[in-house]
Amino acid sequence: MTDEQGTPEAETIDEAMVVDRRLLPDNPVLRDLFEGFDDVTWELSIGQDVARVPSGRWLEFGSAAKEAGFEVCVDVTAVDWMRQRPQRFEVVANLLSMQHLLRLRMITTAPRQEPAVASLVPIWPGANFPEREAYDMFGIVFEGHPDLTRILMPDEWEGHPLRKDFGVGSVPVQFKESHKVS
Amino acid sequence: MTDDTKTTQTLDVWVAGTEEPELAPTDEGAQEISTDESETRLDEQFGRVVEDDYVFDDDADPDERMILNMGPQHPSTHGVLRLQIELEGEIIRRTKPIIGYLHTGMEKTGEQLDFSQGGTNVTRMDYLSPFHNELVYSLAVERLLGIEVPPRAAAIRVLMTELNRCSSHLVALATNGMDIGAVSMMIYGFREREQILAFFEKTTGLRMNHNYIRPGGVAADLPPGWKDDVVAILDELPRRLQQYDDLLENNPIWGGRTRGVGVISAEEATAYGITGPTLRSAGVDWDIRKAFPYSGIEQYEFEVPLGENGDVYDRYRIRMVEIQESLRIIEQVMDSMPKGDYRVDDRKVTPPPRARIDESMEALIHHFKLFTEGYKVPAGETYVAVESPRGELGCYLVSDGGARPYRMHTRAPSFSNLQALPITMADSLMADTVATIASLDPVMGDVDR
Repeated sequence: MTDEQGTPEAETIDEAMVVDRRLLPDNPVLRDLFEGFDDVTWELSIGQDVARVPSGRWLEFGSAAKEAGFEVCVDVTAVDWMRQRPQRFEVVANLLSMQHLLRLRMITTAPRQEPAVASLVPIWPGANFPEREAYDMFGIVFEGHPDLTRILMPDEWEGHPLRKDFGVGSVPVQFKESHKVS
Repeated sequence: MTDDTKTTQTLDVWVAGTEEPELAPTDEGAQEISTDESETRLDEQFGRVVEDDYVFDDDADPDERMILNMGPQHPSTHGVLRLQIELEGEIIRRTKPIIGYLHTGMEKTGEQLDFSQGGTNVTRMDYLSPFHNELVYSLAVERLLGIEVPPRAAAIRVLMTELNRCSSHLVALATNGMDIGAVSMMIYGFREREQILAFFEKTTGLRMNHNYIRPGGVAADLPPGWKDDVVAILDELPRRLQQYDDLLENNPIWGGRTRGVGVISAEEATAYGITGPTLRSAGVDWDIRKAFPYSGIEQYEFEVPLGENGDVYDRYRIRMVEIQESLRIIEQVMDSMPKGDYRVDDRKVTPPPRARIDESMEALIHHFKLFTEGYKVPAGETYVAVESPRGELGCYLVSDGGARPYRMHTRAPSFSNLQALPITMADSLMADTVATIASLDPVMGDVDR
């Protein structure tokens, strides 16, 4: 082993092995889908298939997934990682394939300043309400969304409540020694 | 300030019979009373001219369209749903559901409560099917923890959720009936539901918002004599369902108001992420209990009813059959209820038994720690879905390794199903609106969370 490592031939073989060793799912539908995208990583999150998609290829991967048989976009939501990760927001879309009995979770990231990703509404019209909710709650702009307005909060609301830096608020309690309730 | 007092003074000092002071024109912005006193205007104001010569025509000018606001305070919107409906005569062109009137930030609240407290929060989302909310949340937490509940706990969960499906569908049938004019249906549906809720109260202590299904199992074992209650429900409900059938099935008014109304196609339903009875009414054979079974529901035999036309009638019919199928499951669960523990034997999530607390200081400390600090859940993220009476109820749970969820998102079926309203209502009659809303069975607590 040690002798072979010194030769240039062994190095090239090693590189080839690294390319081959890219983790791919066993399921043929998912494998075909992931093989078309070199920069999308597949991982298994407690037994569930997750695709980590670069934000630039979000829409492209979405349409490929739909063509692969994921006909339903069940849900779109987001996670605010605040200071725990370099990219503050994660946008999560749960896809469902009724014909293949498969679920796939697409995850991409959005930056701290002016977070934005492409909207999935052109692919799945059902992403409309969930994306509006994610916009309302996290302030993530979904580019190409037909009607990106607040959905749950009042229109004049300031801030995005599910961000981690948005306080929960509290109601003062009337105890003998506590501050006065106005 | 001075101007205001002046006006009020002028008004105050005027006494009937004296000379009328000159009143300043009201300044109410858009509501200002018109100063136009021409004869036609006065005739209009006094109601001497009534114009009602509107004839619907396809090439109507866009100006002749009318926007009608329905709700949020409308008895047929099942809560606080508001619809902006664009009408052309009596024909609906476009509809926009406006929601959020019941938004209480439950996902934010979920981040403040630890994993054992979370059940009290999620059970209040869809208040007509609280057990499904608790179940999906518990399944998500258990998945992150990597624990399996004992067979008895799983069977109890199936029993309770299927009973809950019956009670929820009974409300759907009741309100659907009332919205269309079958008011007796309203009374019948709620009457039968009460019997199921009485069993829930006996088992969990509460009629609604039970917090009975918890991570690690259920809160308590079934009460003594539970079989008698379930048998009573199993005896009573099929007889009642037959009565509903006699009342509605061949009723010409019911048929006329529901058949061919609020039609949705299979392609539209899948594209818009619509699930549950609404999806099945369009003929799509999709039920999460069959596709991705949970809590051992695959052991029991049941059929998934399908519709053909995707109209209000099919949805009503599917709910009727689903109640019968749920009763089948309940009967099988009752007959094969496994013996054993109703909570997982894992000291990390299960508090010590009450009797131990009196004898052992360690058990007391353990109990205290579990309910003050909660238990830590390994970092990770997961999505779990169950088939609620309204469709796919999902829970996306993210943990950062602490005792509280980092993010708890609920995929609410009513929320996504509301997207069906604009498609189903387009080009239909205004009078069919309430029938269509009722057939989707939205629960506003689930929509707004």
